[in-house]
Amino acid sequence: MALEIMEGSIAVAQAVRRCRPQVVSAYPITPQTHIVEALAEIVANGELAADYITVESEFSALSACVGAVAAGSRAYSATTSQGLALMFEVCFNMAGMRLPIVMTIANRALGAPLSIWNDQQDSISLRDAGWLQFYAEDNQEAVDLHYIGYKVAEDHRVLLPTMVCFDGFILSHTYEPVNMLTQEEADAFLPPFVPKYRLDAASPVSMGMYATPEYYLEFRYETDQAQKRAIEVLREVGREFGERFGRDYSALVESYRMEDAETAIVAMGSICGTTKDAIDEMRAEGKKVGLVRLRCFRPFPSEDLKAALAGASRVAVLDKNIVLGAGGSTPRGAVALEVRDALYGSTTPVLDYVIGLGGRDVRIEDIKKVVALSEAGDGDRFYGLRTEVL
Amino acid sequence: MAIDKTCELFECGHRACGGCGAALAGRLFLKAAGTETIVVSSTGCMEVFSTPYPETAWKVPWIHSLFENASAVASGIESALKVQGRKEKVVVIAGDGATLDIGVLCISGAFERGHDITYICYDNEAYMNTGIQRSGATPYDASTTTSPAGRVSTGNKRPKKDMPRILAAHGSPYVATASIAYPADFMQKVEKAINTPGPTYVQVHAPCCTGWGFDGSKTLAIGKLAIETGLWVNYEMVDGEVTKVKKVVRKPVEEYLKEQKRFRHLFKPAPVTGEIAKIQAIADRNAEKYGIDIKLPPKKDA
Repeated sequence: MALEIMEGSIAVAQAVRRCRPQVVSAYPITPQTHIVEALAEIVANGELAADYITVESEFSALSACVGAVAAGSRAYSATTSQGLALMFEVCFNMAGMRLPIVMTIANRALGAPLSIWNDQQDSISLRDAGWLQFYAEDNQEAVDLHYIGYKVAEDHRVLLPTMVCFDGFILSHTYEPVNMLTQEEADAFLPPFVPKYRLDAASPVSMGMYATPEYYLEFRYETDQAQKRAIEVLREVGREFGERFGRDYSALVESYRMEDAETAIVAMGSICGTTKDAIDEMRAEGKKVGLVRLRCFRPFPSEDLKAALAGASRVAVLDKNIVLGAGGSTPRGAVALEVRDALYGSTTPVLDYVIGLGGRDVRIEDIKKVVALSEAGDGDRFYGLRTEVL
Repeated sequence: MAIDKTCELFECGHRACGGCGAALAGRLFLKAAGTETIVVSSTGCMEVFSTPYPETAWKVPWIHSLFENASAVASGIESALKVQGRKEKVVVIAGDGATLDIGVLCISGAFERGHDITYICYDNEAYMNTGIQRSGATPYDASTTTSPAGRVSTGNKRPKKDMPRILAAHGSPYVATASIAYPADFMQKVEKAINTPGPTYVQVHAPCCTGWGFDGSKTLAIGKLAIETGLWVNYEMVDGEVTKVKKVVRKPVEEYLKEQKRFRHLFKPAPVTGEIAKIQAIADRNAEKYGIDIKLPPKKDA
């Protein structure tokens, strides 16, 4: 392992290279493009023995991955926003067919209006597709989650496709020091893909058959069970990663300064870095504030989250997405909906803040203001709404 | 290598209608393709009647993903096989809706990229699985549930989209049309397509007794009439040039049309002669374009 300073996208591409996908199939879209450009260069230089399919759309990018994984190869793709939306149908299909893959999402807002900037609406909107969804706080985590992602996804107890989500531009275009595994380390951790079934003339199987009402429900049950089993597999694989490389990912939620915290912030992704800095400052000022960071949105670690929030007097959720129309007269994000569900029956108030959509910057001061609002009981609202332009 | 016509890789007992042209296309193409084949199906009649979970009619590895992505899935399979050093052939079988309409983006991409795949379109000239709606392959004046003949309509307003030419224009080294009414010719074309490196295409005319409205015992006869009237032309294109055409002593189009309920409105209550003449003109243009008339001098046919 060596510490290198590199752009997030390049670091991800280098990690993907070390995961040795045999088929890479991707389409350019901002802010994901640097990843697949870098991979194209890696393949062109013979540094990765993969077939790189330059598809004509994101829809075909993931469809080609369906074929590649069904034929028994490890595959990789990356996308964001509109591209992910175009993959919508394939996403559900791939999970239902139990075909494992890792796809990087450089999170970006969805249009209209067109926006190339960050929020998490794109992957959140694929919440029910059956994919595992991991959210990285920084580029080191984004990189490591690719190795972990393949290992969890391909585990025969799971066999589900996986999104490794990292915030577009904020992480994808930012230079950070990253500990990159050597190829030998990566190979020792992540062995070659062993499919449970594959398309093979020596042993014919039919894949993707249709199910009558007598069988459909059971397929959905099995997929949901696989999601639930992924919780334990993720702990196990995250622990192994920690034992090998010193960075433990066995926790699905990370508690930061939650000891005696009265206000607990819940968030996912790069906003957690800013939040931690804000918490440090607030703690220095005597405020009892902590963070519970979700590393994993699917499967949703309800029990872990409930335990982590047990001592808090109030919960402030930062939602970089919005579930339009939810929440009655107040706005609601997808994370808050999950948090409320996890805390059902508890008297702890959960206050939601729809924040940072479409690339609106979130600074330390903003986090402090959110905490102040939550202390005043003022939540379930947009944060930073510019009423003067409405 | 000679085709083993006794080879049956499409199991009986599937749920196609009696007299289904597409089912015959499925059985025939597999005879030509053989056991070392991976089949990709689009959503559609053939997928549905052959694979109600947990039953399957396919004795070769088979995958169905979605309606419009069969050629992209095939691209990924071909790519994976290449990296793994495997030799199976990848064959797509998809209906005309999946091919001429909703799947065009994926097909265009796969053909432009030059994957070594064979794409077979079973053309029954409408969306049969959803209940006979028009597609880009529906012929002029055919009555379907979304192009019904009515007081101010004589049925489908447009002629068939010329998909073979579109794919030839992509640089496909081998494009052919065939008919299930000529099984040996169809199988030879499939074999040739599979053995030609690169993306190849065979569009096989597959009459649908349910959708077109004829007795299921007449499927082959209807297929033959389409050829004999010049409304369907069997030909081969190698590197974009037409190299072989099935020639006929042509019959008037009425002989084909009057056998099918989808054209009944052209004859009852009274013959709509103007419309029949337009369809005859389509056949005449086909005849001229491909030189199918046996009476024509042989030089023009080359």
